[in-house]
Amino acid sequence: MEFKRREAPFLAPQVSVSSLMLQVLAAMVPAAMAHVWYFGPGFIFNLLVAALFAAAGEALMLSLRSRKPESGLTDYSALVTAALLAFALPSLTPWWVTATGALFAVVVAKHLYGGLGFNIFNPAMAGYVVVLVAFPMHLNLWVAPSMGDLDYQHLSILQTLAFTLTGSLPEGMTVDAISRATPLDVMKSGLNNARTVTEIRAIPIMGDFGGRGWEWIGNFLAFGGLWLLIKKIIRWQIPVGVFIGLLLPATIMYMLDQGSHASPGFHLFGGATILCAFFIATDPVTAATSPKGRFVYGLGIGLLIYCIRRWGSYADGVAFAVLLMNMAVPAIDYLTRPHIVGHNDGVNRSRSGGNDA
Amino acid sequence: MSAPTYDLGTLHGGLRLPGHKSESTRQPILDVPVPGQLVLPITQHVGDPAQPVVGIGERVLKGQLIAEPDGTLGAPVHASSSGTVIAIEPWPVTRRNGGTAPCIVIECDGKDEAVHNTEPPVDFRTMAPPDLLRKFLQGGIVGLGGAVFPTAQKLMQARTCEIDHLLLNGVECESYISCDDMLMRERAGEVISGAQILMHALQIDVCFLVVESDKPEAIRRLGDVLGEVNDDRIALKQVPTIYPSGGEDQLVQLVTNREVPSGGLPSDVGCLVQNVGTAAAIHDWIINNQPLISRVTTVTGDGVVSPVNVRARIGTPIADIIELAGGYTERAQQLIIGGPMTGKSVTTDNVPLVKATNCILVSSETPSPGPELPCIRCGDCASVCPVQLLPQQLFWYACADDEKKMREFGLMDCIECGCCDLVCPSHIPLTADFRVAKGRIRELADEKARAARARLRFEARNDRLEREKTDRESELAEQKASAKKAGPSAIAEILKRQQEKKEVDD
Repeated sequence: MEFKRREAPFLAPQVSVSSLMLQVLAAMVPAAMAHVWYFGPGFIFNLLVAALFAAAGEALMLSLRSRKPESGLTDYSALVTAALLAFALPSLTPWWVTATGALFAVVVAKHLYGGLGFNIFNPAMAGYVVVLVAFPMHLNLWVAPSMGDLDYQHLSILQTLAFTLTGSLPEGMTVDAISRATPLDVMKSGLNNARTVTEIRAIPIMGDFGGRGWEWIGNFLAFGGLWLLIKKIIRWQIPVGVFIGLLLPATIMYMLDQGSHASPGFHLFGGATILCAFFIATDPVTAATSPKGRFVYGLGIGLLIYCIRRWGSYADGVAFAVLLMNMAVPAIDYLTRPHIVGHNDGVNRSRSGGNDA
Repeated sequence: MSAPTYDLGTLHGGLRLPGHKSESTRQPILDVPVPGQLVLPITQHVGDPAQPVVGIGERVLKGQLIAEPDGTLGAPVHASSSGTVIAIEPWPVTRRNGGTAPCIVIECDGKDEAVHNTEPPVDFRTMAPPDLLRKFLQGGIVGLGGAVFPTAQKLMQARTCEIDHLLLNGVECESYISCDDMLMRERAGEVISGAQILMHALQIDVCFLVVESDKPEAIRRLGDVLGEVNDDRIALKQVPTIYPSGGEDQLVQLVTNREVPSGGLPSDVGCLVQNVGTAAAIHDWIINNQPLISRVTTVTGDGVVSPVNVRARIGTPIADIIELAGGYTERAQQLIIGGPMTGKSVTTDNVPLVKATNCILVSSETPSPGPELPCIRCGDCASVCPVQLLPQQLFWYACADDEKKMREFGLMDCIECGCCDLVCPSHIPLTADFRVAKGRIRELADEKARAARARLRFEARNDRLEREKTDRESELAEQKASAKKAGPSAIAEILKRQQEKKEVDD
């Protein structure tokens, strides 16, 4: 009898890149629903535009690089990039801003560096930073969350779609009338204007810890992130590193002077901290690779977020922090190599009194 | 879409693999009858091939020496039944790269007539360890866990070190394989007797009998026998069921918390590891005077009708053994010798069972995991690597053919267990790639060594030429100097003498 030949091992792997990416996407669904609940349907349009252009960019680049477009599209990595970008953008964003971010993310940050697995910078964050720097006026259109007594300006689905496609608001509405500063903006400008944290926190947009609405999206993101941790799609080192890196200085500064420094709770639930810790910084391609290295990488991101929020000119610093730490990854990886079993690298792990000192 | 089914172990990664052991442990070990033909490769061990000492047409008896060790490392081969040698020729064997190897082919007469033993039985306790080791060598005993390193030489090497622990390996961590489990259940006494012989040969008095937690029946049987023999030198240790804790170095680390140094042996940290099957074979040889001519092997997988463990004579064709297990099912598409993680797939069942064959796995084709994608550096491979390598980085350097980095990141420490392959979401055949990269590194090292030798030769030649030149020059200078010293009159004298001599000759 004749048999087929192949190399060991003969057990098939049980995981795939596409299943990992799909689970990451699934973990974002509750937070996405919360986003739509509080900030209107704009998120969905942003996601659709981002996904469309990310996929188109992916297909274009793969065909230019003489690869099969379907192999790159079925790993869903472009979709994850699009989803992260959609979370980062305000709910009212003109389509061409989103499209620019998505295209830059996929074409420049990902494929010009060699595609999936070879990119140095987190594509979604690179795309976001480009539009943030290029079109700052268009990234301010955060509406107030639809919650209780807040002056939420309702835009219907069609009105939101019209804004996304044409950038024009319905008759009688102005950008200034519907957009509100985000909690981080409020905190930053408040502190710059010498107001105390307690005064700032009395403003209605502030919630229990962060901003109203925002903190609920944060809760749902944390919920999804914990699910990813349990499923071992992500490891604890990066999220814990980010939280420690951000909350440790925040706590110290808060304890030193409660009047002029926001509380650690505000830092945790305000802005994109939780999104960053569980979904952005955990992108394996652009993160450090050894367990110790990942912790250091997370720690660095957290610290940079704090520094940018506190002393930088931007209200939030997640994207910049992630991109800066992306640059540090090769050095971190080199310096945090684990001990190889059987190598006597300064640590005497063999029996005491052995002759192999 | 589901999460990985292969959970992490607790000790330096590893995987909890689906066991698939119960299929083959439902019935006792079956004895395979004497086959029509035995095919005995002369290389069934690590080292130099044994040299045949029988001729074609010669009648041989069961247990008769038919090939003796040649060189410093090797083991003899014995006839595993009586019959006539009909050929000594290349035959398909189970090796990673397929192909054939020289084999002694015996046509069995079915009488199974054993060689008459004239030597009076000697109590091993009265033998000096070196004599006992010499005896081990004569019995053709090699490591039966799959590595087939000649046991005598392994012990001789270990005796040059300070050994304090004998570890008997009954871990058998690979899926499907259950031959050691069944052996321990049915022959616990022989295993423990073998351990006592080994301890005497090593002159040590600590033996750990290590069994994985998924073999409660074997542990119970061993415990019973240990209670009977009342030997407090032997301790039974249960370890968690995690692949690859049965690897020699991994077992040492798991049981003694000592790391075998890179490129070293367990004896460097005072340990000697022997498979439980080897211990039983040692008992058979030293106590019952039966050399290593049979072994227990697992026949299993969805490709055989009734999976079972069998005791078969070395040299029995695999096809005969599968027949005893009820033959093939419709799903039989792959024939794997060894386990599903480190086994070798062969294309024909015409190969013989050898000393290394611990499992015959017949299975349906491994489902294709889909195309290989780029590495996304998820690091899951690093978290399961029992040697704590960073396979994702090694893969990168292997692709770049960066020898220095591959060495620095420990490629040569890779034990090729295959764990990283199983957890790789990009479906990169890491183990196969590392095997190739290791070959490449050895090749480069060879090239370097050759270049270094050539350079030495070249430099030696230059030196020699230089030396000859200076010697010649100094000789010439000496002659000149002596001539100068003698002065013109002496030269005139010499010339005159030559002239005279010439005249006389004329």
